[in-house]
Amino acid sequence: MPLIKDGQIAEDLYIAVADDVPLPEGPVIVSLKRLRAERETLLGRNQKLGVKLSSEESPENLGSDLDRLSLVVLEFPKFRDGRPFSWARILRTRLRFTGEVRASGDFLYDQIAFLVRVGFDAFALPSAIPPTLFQRALSEMSLVYQPAADGRKTIRQLRSGQ
Amino acid sequence: MYRYDEFDAAFVRERTEQFRYQVERRLKGELNEDQFKPFRLMNGLYLQLHAYMLRVAVPYGTLSAPQLSMLAHIARKYDKGYGHFTTRQNIQYNWPKLKDVPDILAELATVEMHAIQTSGNCIRNVTADHFAGAAADEIEDPRPVAEIVRQWSSLHPEFTFLPRKFKVAVSGSPHDRAALKFHDLAIEVVKNEASRVGYRITIGGGLGRTPYIGYVTGDFVEKPDLLSFLEAVLRVYNENGRRDNIYKARIKILAHSLGEAEMRERVLREFIEIKRAGTLQVPQEEQARIEAYFAPPEFEALQDTALPADGALGQWITSNVHKHRAPGYVLATISLKPIGGVPGDISHEQLDGVAALMEEFGYGEIRASHEQNLVLPHVKQSDLPAIFARLEALGLATPNAGLISDIICCPGLDYCDLANARSIPVAQKIATRFADGKRQHDIGELKIKISGCINACGHHHAGHIGILGVDKKGVEFYQLQLGGSAAEDASIGDIMGPGFAEDEIVDAVERVVDLYVTLRRPGERFLDTYRRIGMEPFKNIAYQEQLHAAH
Amino acid sequence: MAQKLTANRLIDGVVLYWRAGGWTESFAEGEVLPTEEAAQAALAAARESVPRNEVVGVYLFDLTGAQPLKEREIIRALGPTIRPDLGKQAAR
Repeated sequence: MPLIKDGQIAEDLYIAVADDVPLPEGPVIVSLKRLRAERETLLGRNQKLGVKLSSEESPENLGSDLDRLSLVVLEFPKFRDGRPFSWARILRTRLRFTGEVRASGDFLYDQIAFLVRVGFDAFALPSAIPPTLFQRALSEMSLVYQPAADGRKTIRQLRSGQ
Repeated sequence: MYRYDEFDAAFVRERTEQFRYQVERRLKGELNEDQFKPFRLMNGLYLQLHAYMLRVAVPYGTLSAPQLSMLAHIARKYDKGYGHFTTRQNIQYNWPKLKDVPDILAELATVEMHAIQTSGNCIRNVTADHFAGAAADEIEDPRPVAEIVRQWSSLHPEFTFLPRKFKVAVSGSPHDRAALKFHDLAIEVVKNEASRVGYRITIGGGLGRTPYIGYVTGDFVEKPDLLSFLEAVLRVYNENGRRDNIYKARIKILAHSLGEAEMRERVLREFIEIKRAGTLQVPQEEQARIEAYFAPPEFEALQDTALPADGALGQWITSNVHKHRAPGYVLATISLKPIGGVPGDISHEQLDGVAALMEEFGYGEIRASHEQNLVLPHVKQSDLPAIFARLEALGLATPNAGLISDIICCPGLDYCDLANARSIPVAQKIATRFADGKRQHDIGELKIKISGCINACGHHHAGHIGILGVDKKGVEFYQLQLGGSAAEDASIGDIMGPGFAEDEIVDAVERVVDLYVTLRRPGERFLDTYRRIGMEPFKNIAYQEQLHAAH
Repeated sequence: MAQKLTANRLIDGVVLYWRAGGWTESFAEGEVLPTEEAAQAALAAARESVPRNEVVGVYLFDLTGAQPLKEREIIRALGPTIRPDLGKQAAR
């Protein structure tokens, strides 16, 4: 599963670890449940740490631990489940998270442009999406009406020459 | 009317090409049907009982003459010569080919039209009072705000995969002609104590399987704050709306399970934050820019005159002509409910004929109403005889607006993949039974609304008389509901009891209506009499024949 | 109960009926599947045209005699009851 980061194919530095598997060396991604259960250990490892949230879990559940994370993975159980769009927006806009926000699970080519707009900067691409098409997905709509987390100029700003 | 600038035009062109690429990938198999479906729906394309169906957006129900001509052209070139106006002010074509749809959209884009978000689990095409900008009782034309909402909601990155669809309606009048209280979100132009104009926001209304009347969650939202408030409501819904059960996924279920106080608190929290960020505030210049497009035409200085009251013209004027704010002018409803016809259908010749009529007599503008009619918003009283004659020639002069044969009716099992029963034939039979113009006018305002399944596209819960088609072991049955209203006195109709067979329903309706005529007090509409005397007498009379048969 | 098998053609949405090894636009030419086994075998074969991007929405429906049991399928086979000039009934 190729990882796209900031628009480029990138190496995944993290190892996703199941709840019942011992922690390996290096950066890991754990569930919210495991973060809560092994908080001291995980935050004290002096390694980059990522947490994967299910679509049911708001990033507000992370509380102040968010500051210690370098990655939040937002999982799409089904591409129709649109909650991660709001979670990413909240991460970027309300919680001012500046680390990596990664989409994983079942999302489609046609959602990539929306995902970038709400604040995702990394994508664990499902096999159905050829990485070569990633940039095309972003170029389909050159104009947007809404301010979002990507800071793109909106049509209203373009109109008023801002 | 709003006109696209270069940005709006480019946006719609790009969206068309984006959809063209989606269709290409579908036809090549790079997208399977499950993956394609949400994207075709977001562009108004359904697969129905016989064929694909394309729903074209008519934002806030406003159309220009060139747009109407284009709709006629699409009907001729790509479909079977007609279109169908829906209960959400849109128009749909029943027979397009998937491979043609990108070309249809490209043609529509040349007249600033599209099919964006006419279906799908997203913010749907915004509807409005069809008398907007002309009604005598209006505080302010609600279409500028509808246009602001249209732009904000178009391909909204955060709210395109909502738990379920999200329908917005706007009105600028205290008299509700837009069924506000049955929308996911309604925006009502109001004045506060200081006479400042703002918006009252109602949420959580809806029809369908579980009908609810909405409640107010924003008493007075200042104009610049509107989009921040809407974004707050949508975020609360996107995060918390149910996704485990499609029948419980609309905001009405969330709104009524959380309760008004909790909902207000959650919305307020988001609202304060979004407003503080400031990026969604609507600046005064933008408000003014859009309002300028909707400035009324320059009316001539005229006086109101006595309108003809006799003959066919007089009858049409009595039912189909409405008070305008400018002296000497009126609004005129073009009924798409000919006796025995298909409610809401219009042929390509009629579309072209109405386009010409608009240019000549109506400042080039027309409205589609949620009651599946067209409305000329600004016509001179002195032009009424000429307009009537032209409509007669087009077969569009039915004098029944607001009367018993002006029936709202979903396509039902004749077209729809979801329907359980036919609805159009029932509408046709009822209209035919009450065809006599004098009788209709004597009965007065009576809104019959028919749906062919529980999804309630025909608004049966909100009909003075509502009819719901059901399938009972393979046979069509029709349940009666009485006492619904979609106006400012909104109410959900009461279910009478067991359904009627197809050959009984028209008789049952007639017995109910005749009883009303017998029992009404002076000035009472059917709805008023029902509210005064209740279900019992109507129920007794409706089932009377069946009782006789049983004995 | 005997059944027939239907779908819509992907490219234009036209209603199709299954007959041994392929699709036809005509209800009358559709193959009557007399048993559940025959129906399931036809369904499995017909479903192969889904990944070939030929059809969508393949399903079986019941017959009574030579006609569909349900009103829905009668209307689908003919066209809208209120517009006899449209749909398959118009071609007759």
